[in-house]
Amino acid sequence: MAYVSIADRDHEIEHHDPETFITKYIWSQDHKVIAIQYGGLAILIGLVGMIMSSMFRLQLGFPDTFAFINPENYYQLVTIHGMIMVIYLLTALFLGGFGNYLIPLMCGSRDMVFPFMNMLSVWVYAVSVIILVVSFFVPGGATGAGWTLYPPQAISPGTPGTDWGILLMLISLAVFIVAFTMGGLNYVTTVLQARCKGMTLMRMPLSVWAIFVATILGLLAFPALLVAAIMMMLDRTLETSFFMPAILQAGEVSNYSGGSPVLFQHLFWFFGHPEVYIVALPAFGLVSDILSTHARKNIFGYRMMVWAILAIGGLSFIVWAHHMYVSGMNPYFGFFFATTTLIIAVPTAIKVYNWVLTLWQGNIHLRAPMLFAIGFIFTFTHGGLSGLFLGNVTIDLPLSDTYFVVAHFHMVMGVSPVLVVFGAIYHWYPKMTGRMYNETMAKWHFWLTFLGTYSLYLPMHYVGFLGLPRRYFSMGDTAFMPESAVTLNTSMSISALIIAATQVLFLYNIIVSLKKGEKAGPNPWKATSLEWQTPSPPKHGNWGHSLPEVHRWAYDYSVPGQEEDYIPQTVPATDVPVGRDHGVDH
Amino acid sequence: MYLTLIFLGVIMATVITWLLRQTLNTQPWVSQPADDAVTGVSINTNTKTVALTVFLTVATSIFALFISAYTIRMEEPDWRPVAEPVLLWFNTAVLILASIAYHWTRNAAVSGVQGRLKPGLFVSGALTILFLVGQLVAWQQLNAAGYYVERNVANSFFYLLTAVHGLHMLGGMWVWARSTIRVWSGADADSVRLSIELCTVYWHFLLLVWIVLFGVLLST
Repeated sequence: MAYVSIADRDHEIEHHDPETFITKYIWSQDHKVIAIQYGGLAILIGLVGMIMSSMFRLQLGFPDTFAFINPENYYQLVTIHGMIMVIYLLTALFLGGFGNYLIPLMCGSRDMVFPFMNMLSVWVYAVSVIILVVSFFVPGGATGAGWTLYPPQAISPGTPGTDWGILLMLISLAVFIVAFTMGGLNYVTTVLQARCKGMTLMRMPLSVWAIFVATILGLLAFPALLVAAIMMMLDRTLETSFFMPAILQAGEVSNYSGGSPVLFQHLFWFFGHPEVYIVALPAFGLVSDILSTHARKNIFGYRMMVWAILAIGGLSFIVWAHHMYVSGMNPYFGFFFATTTLIIAVPTAIKVYNWVLTLWQGNIHLRAPMLFAIGFIFTFTHGGLSGLFLGNVTIDLPLSDTYFVVAHFHMVMGVSPVLVVFGAIYHWYPKMTGRMYNETMAKWHFWLTFLGTYSLYLPMHYVGFLGLPRRYFSMGDTAFMPESAVTLNTSMSISALIIAATQVLFLYNIIVSLKKGEKAGPNPWKATSLEWQTPSPPKHGNWGHSLPEVHRWAYDYSVPGQEEDYIPQTVPATDVPVGRDHGVDH
Repeated sequence: MYLTLIFLGVIMATVITWLLRQTLNTQPWVSQPADDAVTGVSINTNTKTVALTVFLTVATSIFALFISAYTIRMEEPDWRPVAEPVLLWFNTAVLILASIAYHWTRNAAVSGVQGRLKPGLFVSGALTILFLVGQLVAWQQLNAAGYYVERNVANSFFYLLTAVHGLHMLGGMWVWARSTIRVWSGADADSVRLSIELCTVYWHFLLLVWIVLFGVLLST
């Protein structure tokens, strides 16, 4: 097939240089501005989610001390904290933020293929966040159903927020899904159709691969949440009985009959499990690029890494019922889902091995992004290993709904992706802003966050083993909880507060460095991928007059016999300066 | 969830087969000049067609999930089947005609027959509106016969599935309206061709979805 560059050929892509402040920064159609809008809003709402967690940790660590936390708003805080972190922070930040910023730059396109739809996507996302926040201020407050929103309790009297909170939550989710779909169509189409000349699929950086596959997962999985949300909305408003069984509500027989709460669980987890990988895959991709760049080594097993991403993506759709072992399903189903769950550990382990092997004998520079990336390997391995416990039905049954589960998923899909978020923000900060961040402050940020999360979540596994149930407002006088566990709970809360306070360092660093940071230059890390070959920050349209041409993959670091220890993707084989030997035997 | 899983299996198999063809036997670490053989376009078509294909996959996923939920919920003992109004057969016929009319318009746009665009778009739009009105009348007939939405979950599903299909139809009508306005304000066949072609695909898709939904509703 003869090559025609899409971005040059397609009249569908319009490029108007934005002129006014409003078209440049507010109603912008430039993917870089949209990425920062997405990311900024996600971090903002993420901070709200973090403050919520500090508040309920206060109650858990120091029961009966703080009058402003009662059982009702405790449940609201826990619920909205979960929702915000999983969906409004991580999904939006990885795909809307990093996806938007990196896909066109790393693929060598001028912009997303549908810039207007891209702009709509971020503003519809903003609407979904606003609806979520508003739900705190309506009569009855936000929903306190737990982030899984299980019926019947999610819409039955007695649960906080059954008047308006749950409705606004469901509407907000539906609006978010619309926003995500608009963005997702863009990301997939851009990766498929708008790469520059020479950028074959197997030359794409792993970040792009991972975000691409995560977007496909999202496009296929979010419909399940949409379907569940619509049906629950109807159960709540029109009193249909999709999910609601016949029950007594406040002593009276409700109008519901025969609904299937387990059906909701199926739909929810059919979305919910791929969602774990919608968050984890982009983290895998970004961390691969960070490790390779700062270890000055090509990523170990690139093709294996690509296939592992695809395998994880495919498998993530047939493991969902491992969240439902205690729902009373057929034991043979449990056997099936336990098997698929354990199989998914294989491609995941391949990735972990490959990251470690990338570090092996690398020229490692322990800058802040690299520290976060290595920290991620630790936390992700720990979270993954406790996943092997919970994936087995017999071990899951006693551990289900204890703090062990909370510790597991926070390690694997809370702490790990968030470490990558920080690493990636520090890594691409010079590109996005043209300035360097403060390295010392970033390293303090890393160590306090990394050690802080360990001091928070390691003991949490232990109290989970003891049998402390999650979601309880207070432990009360339970005989099986030793005094030491109560003390541990206090210490975990103190760790949580320290971690929360540490994030001020991060915010201070990225805000103050905007003005005071050193000038970064186009390529401070001497990285190979395309975005580092543009000025920092890149101009509108990314590439000046002509699009880049790609002659190699993104991992040509420390190529033997070459003068420099990196070769950008745009350099043809004939133009590589030959110089000192990098220790290869002849 | 079997139906959804089968659908997903087909999607995954397609994607993975395609990627295998694209990516096996490549040696990414070998540098090669970016000559004309090395392309950055994966599928030899325009971006809008790719985007529509992706969107249709998402829409199929939504309908597959609704049907999966339908078949799971059907197993519960309180299920009382709906007696579908005869009008639905008429509506189905109208939708088939709308699809044919759109295809006829598409042929005109592809072969550049300007004169057939206006009548073609008019007839396809009118038939689609007739279908939507027909669905609303069917709702009223059911309601009048005592099949209230909350009375039994089979009724709820009937209203829900037809509503979701109708909303997709309305979304299509928005694009229809855009190309119709452009044709009426003098756009030539070539400039609206892609828009009409993609609408035709969408209409055929929604016809297919309706036939499946109608089949599911009738058979249960």
